[in-house]
Amino acid sequence: MKTLYEEHLPGGGLWSAVVRRHSVLRLTDLEGGVNAGLMLWNFAQPSDRLNLPDTLKAQYTAKLTRGHILMSDMGRAMASLITDTVGWHDPLGGHANAADVLAKYGEKSYQTARNDWRRNAHDNFLIEAGKQGLGPRDLTANINFFSRLDADEEGKLSFHPDNSPAGSVVELRAEMDLIVVLTTCQHPLDPNPVYAPRPLLITLLQGEAPAPDDFCRTFRGENARSFALTERFLYLPSH
Amino acid sequence: MSALNYCESPLSPDKATVDQTIGAGDGWMHLIKAGQTFRILDVEGNQAADTLFYDAADFSNRYSAQDTVQRQGALYLTTGTRLMSSEGDTLLTITADTCGRHDTIGGACATESNQVRYALEKRWMHACRDTFMLQLIKWGRGASKADITNNINFFMNVPVTPDGGLSFADGVGAVGSYVEMRAERDVVALVSSCPQLNNPCNAWNPTPLRFLIWD
Repeated sequence: MKTLYEEHLPGGGLWSAVVRRHSVLRLTDLEGGVNAGLMLWNFAQPSDRLNLPDTLKAQYTAKLTRGHILMSDMGRAMASLITDTVGWHDPLGGHANAADVLAKYGEKSYQTARNDWRRNAHDNFLIEAGKQGLGPRDLTANINFFSRLDADEEGKLSFHPDNSPAGSVVELRAEMDLIVVLTTCQHPLDPNPVYAPRPLLITLLQGEAPAPDDFCRTFRGENARSFALTERFLYLPSH
Repeated sequence: MSALNYCESPLSPDKATVDQTIGAGDGWMHLIKAGQTFRILDVEGNQAADTLFYDAADFSNRYSAQDTVQRQGALYLTTGTRLMSSEGDTLLTITADTCGRHDTIGGACATESNQVRYALEKRWMHACRDTFMLQLIKWGRGASKADITNNINFFMNVPVTPDGGLSFADGVGAVGSYVEMRAERDVVALVSSCPQLNNPCNAWNPTPLRFLIWD
């Protein structure tokens, strides 16, 4: 696949773009232990956005990995996880806000910290979604790529250490034109008391339309029907 | 699991200032003031109550399933759970629960998700998110589809397995079981008595829900 664009996003960073249908967004964990928070909207109809409960229950999963697709609240396939060297990405834990980051890592002034001033995922999502014309009511649940939470029988959650070694890769193929917002703040349940968000390499590749026997399309019957709803949308928008 | 979290309320329905029942498949939207106690009662049992909450002063500050799960470090809701907003505020606190476990990761049914989950022809069945949409439009004040976020499924059990699978258990509400919560600020509740007929979340038999509010 031909590389169209590449950018190094530092830890605590924020990023957004419109990713065209069938382009591939590759995320690379450069140092190990990065947490890449992600939200998605349908570029042609931004009221249609990533819906994680629908995504999870349709695929009977509480984690995300290769073969899974990300579904919108209108049932449409938004993106396919075509490559994953990690095996488990967290769709449950959400993200932290400014008060959480202050409580966890302590106070740090911009006057002394300058560009190392602490950032938080909630404000980063608000800023980058805002640049795409989206407001707080458009924000919804996020995925935490490269992070994993384990649940016990009573539902108690624990952060899984060392889930993603350096060099880990996940690739998302856009199944429609997408607004993508990313942030690289630490996972809210990461027990590390030190503010040390890791960097992410973002690569955009020229992809191809999925074949009829595409792995993600045929992963489950639900996935095939979600692809069909995306295709209906492209020919009969807003149906 | 249910027995461990069983917690009855001392409040008497005779003293409630609001006592309303909706039929199977219907919706309900109501203001609950700070300090008031709100009860949802599963009248005939095994009925999912798909529920959202909004800060009455600012609908952009609304119930957040991820914030609720993350801040209690646990997936299931029961007595003691603080229902958190997208801005990190406590909207309500669960104070009594005779069911023992409620879901907030499974979301609400929609005509479109029914198409994905069951068949493209299922679009014409009733669904919670159509109920939410209609209630929000009737509420007015600028409420819109953007306000339909990831909800609570009271009286539903959606266990996560150790290997990261998601399973759906039958409805877990016995006849007359209830969950009760104290509003920590003025909130608006939005509830759909789930009309789902494609799976056993309502034991294939959608039934009424009753709502009580005490000052």
